[in-house]
Amino acid sequence: MAITRDDVLHVAGLARLEIPEAELDAVRDQLGAILDAVGKVSELDLSDVEPMTHPLDLANEWAEDEPRPSLPREDALANAPDPSDGAFRVPAVGG
Amino acid sequence: MAPQAAERDGAVIDTLRLTAEEAAGLLERGDVSGEELAGAYVDAIEARDPELHAYLHVVGERGNGVPIAHKDVITTKGIPTTAGSKILVGYTPVFDSTVAARCKAAGLPVLGKTNLDEFAMGSSTENSAFGPTKNPWDPERVPGGSSGGSAAAVAAGLAPWALGTDTGGSVKQPASLCGVVGLRPTYGTVSRYGIVAFASSLDQVGPLTKTVRDNARLYALIAGKDPCDATTVELPQPVAIPEGEDLSGVRIGVPGEMNEAEGIDPGVSESVNAAIRRAEELGAEVEETSLPRSVDYGLACYYLVAPAEASSNLARYDGVRYGYRAEVDGDLTALYARTRWEGFGAEPKRRILLGTYALSAGYYEAYYGQAQKVRTVIAREHAAAFERFDVLVSPTSPTVAFRIGERAENPLAMYLSDLLTIPSNMAGLPGLSIPCGLSDGLPVGLQLIGPQFSENTLFRVGHALERALDFDYIPERLR
Repeated sequence: MAITRDDVLHVAGLARLEIPEAELDAVRDQLGAILDAVGKVSELDLSDVEPMTHPLDLANEWAEDEPRPSLPREDALANAPDPSDGAFRVPAVGG
Repeated sequence: MAPQAAERDGAVIDTLRLTAEEAAGLLERGDVSGEELAGAYVDAIEARDPELHAYLHVVGERGNGVPIAHKDVITTKGIPTTAGSKILVGYTPVFDSTVAARCKAAGLPVLGKTNLDEFAMGSSTENSAFGPTKNPWDPERVPGGSSGGSAAAVAAGLAPWALGTDTGGSVKQPASLCGVVGLRPTYGTVSRYGIVAFASSLDQVGPLTKTVRDNARLYALIAGKDPCDATTVELPQPVAIPEGEDLSGVRIGVPGEMNEAEGIDPGVSESVNAAIRRAEELGAEVEETSLPRSVDYGLACYYLVAPAEASSNLARYDGVRYGYRAEVDGDLTALYARTRWEGFGAEPKRRILLGTYALSAGYYEAYYGQAQKVRTVIAREHAAAFERFDVLVSPTSPTVAFRIGERAENPLAMYLSDLLTIPSNMAGLPGLSIPCGLSDGLPVGLQLIGPQFSENTLFRVGHALERALDFDYIPERLR
């Protein structure tokens, strides 16, 4: 499976990972090797097999609609890198 | 070997030998105080952990119960939790995971948080951002992973018991490499609330202990439906602490593909085969069987499903609400992208990229979609085998503990460590690893796999074999 630098950059964009230019080729090579190995799954003809998403046959596990106290604000902010005014401060979206 | 009890006066607690059950007995009879017991483990940690590095954070809580160590993906309120990653340095949880809360409610003081491969991704604990853990049997070798710290702590007498997590084998395999007992429970029987998520359809918390009885006791403490985790279910029957030492009526299947796979050390096979013969002597009916595609396609299936789920679960690490935040001169997206590249280690980044690719438009069907179908095939093959057998057996790991650095630079070679633990995991099935012998002086693990909710059978078989095999779990160099 020959993946290109552009493929890697595309996927990195989706994954929000800033790959330094100098490391791009090494990442591409490693990813390509692993994709080759896992691509083995396509050897099997499974056109009539249902996909398995979950080991247990659970569906619609409802909880009672009962209000309970939620996480206090100061707990939610306790580990924040840059708390400000009761919120998480971040750089602007879109610069 | 007969257990050594602590002496009443000037009590000497041999943490290398003492089981959790014995420790509970000492406390109940007042032979030792909770303070003395916890103190003995803290002393042992001070003496041996500088070499082994099983712990990331030592707490040394005192209390009236048998102390416990928790793998550092298990959220503990007020106690730093790093997931073995730089991206969570400084993170101190404001809540307890359900398993930590259940242990706390049972009065188990927390000894500390143990080392692991970052985000539970790895088979050697070498992927920890804070340095590897050493195998107590040979400090130049890995303890296995990703729960290497917990396994090493139990093996080296630095904790009477510990919790780890298992996604592709991360409780069973380190148990095997360190000569201790490890259970990967049926998916859904132990809550994942507060467990730092890796792959949500695979992750399970599991006990690491010196004996099978200890393992059953700890499992009984943590298992059961949790309203905070919608993927949990009630146990169909209560946990039975095993007692019997015969195996009459037990039908054991030996899948050829798992026992004769390429890459299994001859010494490992020899040890496992000897254990299987012991099982027959104890009355079990042993027969060969086959899992035609589960082993052949299991690794590829796992290394598509797990990274795909991880790519979603690890999206939350973005520098906004907790953990590491990079310096950027740009917008929010730049903050995310640089924080994540700088904060994550190589293996999480590799798996995030792999998983994102497998889920992306144009590739989803061929990779992730196909892997989900392979998963069905694996589940069906195991279900078919369990129509004729109560338990399937195999080596837990193809090899004994390998040297630190030997596979670290080669991801694909590292992934092979999970060859035998992965297939049953994909099907959501429980697996128990018990030490069954030594090869070249290093522990070999026997993996017992059962159908869903068959933990009591696994404990029964494991306990009987444990008694018959009489493996000395104290590492030779520490005796």
